[in-house]
Amino acid sequence: MTYSYFPGCTLKTKGKDLDIWGRASAEALGFHLQELDQWQCCGAVYPMAKDEIATRLSSVRALMAAGEAGQELVTLCSACHHVIKRVNRDMQTDETIRDRVSRYLGLQTPYAGETTVLHYLEVLRDRIGFDNLKQKVVNPLTGRKIGAYYGCMLLRPASEMGFDNPENPTILEDFIRAIGAEPVVYARRNECCGGYCTIKSKDYARKQVDAIMENARACGAQELITACPLCLYNLTENATDGLPVAYFTQLLAEALGVKEEQK
Amino acid sequence: MMDTIKRISGVNPRKCMKCGKCTASCPAFDEMEFHPHQFVDMVENGRIDQLMQSRGIDFCLSCFACVERCPRNVEPAKLIEAVRLAVVRQQGGDHLRPEAIPHLLDENLPQQAITAAFRKYRK
Repeated sequence: MTYSYFPGCTLKTKGKDLDIWGRASAEALGFHLQELDQWQCCGAVYPMAKDEIATRLSSVRALMAAGEAGQELVTLCSACHHVIKRVNRDMQTDETIRDRVSRYLGLQTPYAGETTVLHYLEVLRDRIGFDNLKQKVVNPLTGRKIGAYYGCMLLRPASEMGFDNPENPTILEDFIRAIGAEPVVYARRNECCGGYCTIKSKDYARKQVDAIMENARACGAQELITACPLCLYNLTENATDGLPVAYFTQLLAEALGVKEEQK
Repeated sequence: MMDTIKRISGVNPRKCMKCGKCTASCPAFDEMEFHPHQFVDMVENGRIDQLMQSRGIDFCLSCFACVERCPRNVEPAKLIEAVRLAVVRQQGGDHLRPEAIPHLLDENLPQQAITAAFRKYRK
């Protein structure tokens, strides 16, 4: 199975580990991520104002390119996923936005959100299946106690993201079980880490991150995983005494034996 | 101005039943002189200038906890975003300038942080 793939700005630079191990693991699991020929940065934040049209265009271009290839569009970065999924929904449901985007881009063929947007984790859950993933694991991470850090953007607003239960998600815990480790559930796994405010106030970001780390550690986590480069940065750089944090794709590649092969 | 805020946010603040769940959910409520539930009330009462001058609008993280948990589907985050836009869309209203970026960078800061801040803090 081949999917169109939108890597996003950070996965080509500071977040390479999320990208590289995601792609390598995909091959081991029997699907292929085909990077879109031309993609532009999604903007990293969803434009909430209804009159912001230009900031929606890069998402629409990516969505249309995947549609033209007859493929579903897969993302790895939480932020890209959040932005593209919600813009796609705007194109499905908001006639004014659809009309203005269409005029702006001079579209010959109308686009009304026909492309399906999937996060990599959704591919694992809904297309591959965690049971099948478990069978492909050659190096189970037995005995490791891993806390899932969801953050905000994968889950909320659930009415638009449709990703998982926003208050009691299970997808990352199921993933952790599938790769042979033990998931640690803690309350702050879906609390914001401080996000882009890190450049405005380190103190504020630190307060958020310390509360998350304290909670995860108290519940028995020895390490955390995330799907967001900014969360990884915040949780690593702004923690007073933090747990190790990795992208979920790094652990996936480790469990699938892909990391050794490429060494 | 109140009409503009309502129009670009698509929010009807009159749906609010003042339960305060948004403020209880907000991870940044302590950084804001007007908490999310007050914010909704102030838009409804046309106190936009006061909101535009408050520093709290730059601390909304767009984490959507208030949007998720509001029992009346008011979507306070969209109101905060609309007020923030009303500020940065003014001539000279930018909260972040490109010249400031080099001082903010460190070795590991992801591009995503700068892109997001630019989208939020300037037009």
